Amino acid sequence: MPEPALAVDALEIRYGGVPAVRGLSLEVGKGEIVGLIGPNGAGKSSTLLAIMGVVPIAGGDVRLSGRSLRGRSPEWISRAGIALVPEGRHIFPDLTVAENLRLGLAGRRGRDGLERDLDWVHGLFPVVKEFRARSAGALSGGQQQQLAIARALIAAPDVLLLDEPSLGLAPTVVETVFAALGEIRDRGVTILLVEQRAQLTVAFADRTHVLANSELRLTLGRDEALDTERLAAAYLS
Amino acid sequence: MSLLQQLIDAVALGALYGLVAVGIGLVFGILRLVNFAYGELITIGGYTLAYLSGQPSVVAIVACFAAVIALALVQERVAFRPLRNASPATMLVASFAVSFLLQNIYLLAFGSRGKTVSTLGGLNTALAVGSLRIRWISIVALIAAAGLLAATTLILNRTNVGLHMRAAATDFRTARILGVRADRVISFSFVISGFLAAAVSVLLTVQSPLVTPDYGVSVTIFALVGVVVGGLDRLVSATLGGFAIGFTTSLVGAQLPSSSSVYLPSVVFGLVILVLILRPAGLFAPARRAVERV
Repeated sequence: MPEPALAVDALEIRYGGVPAVRGLSLEVGKGEIVGLIGPNGAGKSSTLLAIMGVVPIAGGDVRLSGRSLRGRSPEWISRAGIALVPEGRHIFPDLTVAENLRLGLAGRRGRDGLERDLDWVHGLFPVVKEFRARSAGALSGGQQQQLAIARALIAAPDVLLLDEPSLGLAPTVVETVFAALGEIRDRGVTILLVEQRAQLTVAFADRTHVLANSELRLTLGRDEALDTERLAAAYLS
Repeated sequence: MSLLQQLIDAVALGALYGLVAVGIGLVFGILRLVNFAYGELITIGGYTLAYLSGQPSVVAIVACFAAVIALALVQERVAFRPLRNASPATMLVASFAVSFLLQNIYLLAFGSRGKTVSTLGGLNTALAVGSLRIRWISIVALIAAAGLLAATTLILNRTNVGLHMRAAATDFRTARILGVRADRVISFSFVISGFLAAAVSVLLTVQSPLVTPDYGVSVTIFALVGVVVGGLDRLVSATLGGFAIGFTTSLVGAQLPSSSSVYLPSVVFGLVILVLILRPAGLFAPARRAVERV
């Protein structure tokens, strides 16, 4: 069996002795979209931050195409080919849209194909091109989210991590974002998607893991989106 | 001395303090470190110039820049890098320790009596324009400060490393997630900070040529106060604050009768207290934008 693009293996995360994630294992194959849902405080964001090297790994391992990321710095992991669209977008409000996008280049390995990627990203999110000279803080929340995803894509990552990209967005913008995620996957980017919108995610991802109380509770396939009973039980357990 | 002449001297001193404020503000923006040991960078530059006073000015000045930048990098590597995840208060106290340590090393190595710098001493002569007598150093300080501020702005706004520094100053964690190398950005900010300190050494030793172990302390304290008065959060407001304190000090000093000159710091710091009561966020800090985007 080939190595999965991203493997989380018996991951343990603790904040000052309090466990945030316990024994989480999951794999994302190349070109797959895997969802990670669950109630607030279940450990979803912590998992993404641990993969990215922002939060220390207390036990277990994270591997990118078989290569361990444990103990690596965020900038090393970014340059190794993982990009994170953080919760709350974290665009730089005082910088222009174009400068925000340029920051994504910090994690890019080489400039080959940059023009083509830029055209693709501009096509995916036209607002990023249209408002490139504006300060990013002047964009609406949905536009900032598109900028945050565009910024991650410009690094040409192998694996894209998204932390609640639909948070606080109007329904039509959520549609835009999810349509873009489909196109991003079609380009061969592997995606791990953390979301609050459970049904939408289950229906969209190749499979979705439910995390509750710091542990993996349930894994659902795309055709199980309407199985709300099992979902509710996992959430409430 | 006419008011115009006093204004020119005040602008020149303000420019010098503005440079110190930029040097301190750059590092603060990225590390949240108020580097009290900045003054010892200026001091080592002064000693380098003093010991090389017999050499051609170019040699002495190049050596000054090299020594100051090297010490800035050593400060970062030895003292501040191990504390990178510590609280700002811890780093501030550490910078006090570095400051006192260096002052005492200077005392042991160079003695307490001070060394005299004669490099560029000719700039103390005055240029007569009508009834005005402007010292050359005021003109040079003004031009040098303006040039250095412009260069720093260009680096920050037009280069990749400048973009990375601005991003790191706003949100270091997100910048690192995007691949911005923390060590490189921090080292580079110390290099620029050291470069500015070296320029201050060269300009300051022309006006006060006697270098003692605590040579850089008072200019650093004044500039730090200026940075706080201006607003620590933004480089522009910090720089303006540094400029304002230098400008005010020079102008008030010229207005006070010489018998009352001991009261100069009291007057200046009294004004500082007044400003902080009226505008606690800083004299030049913009009004808070509290709008959250959805």
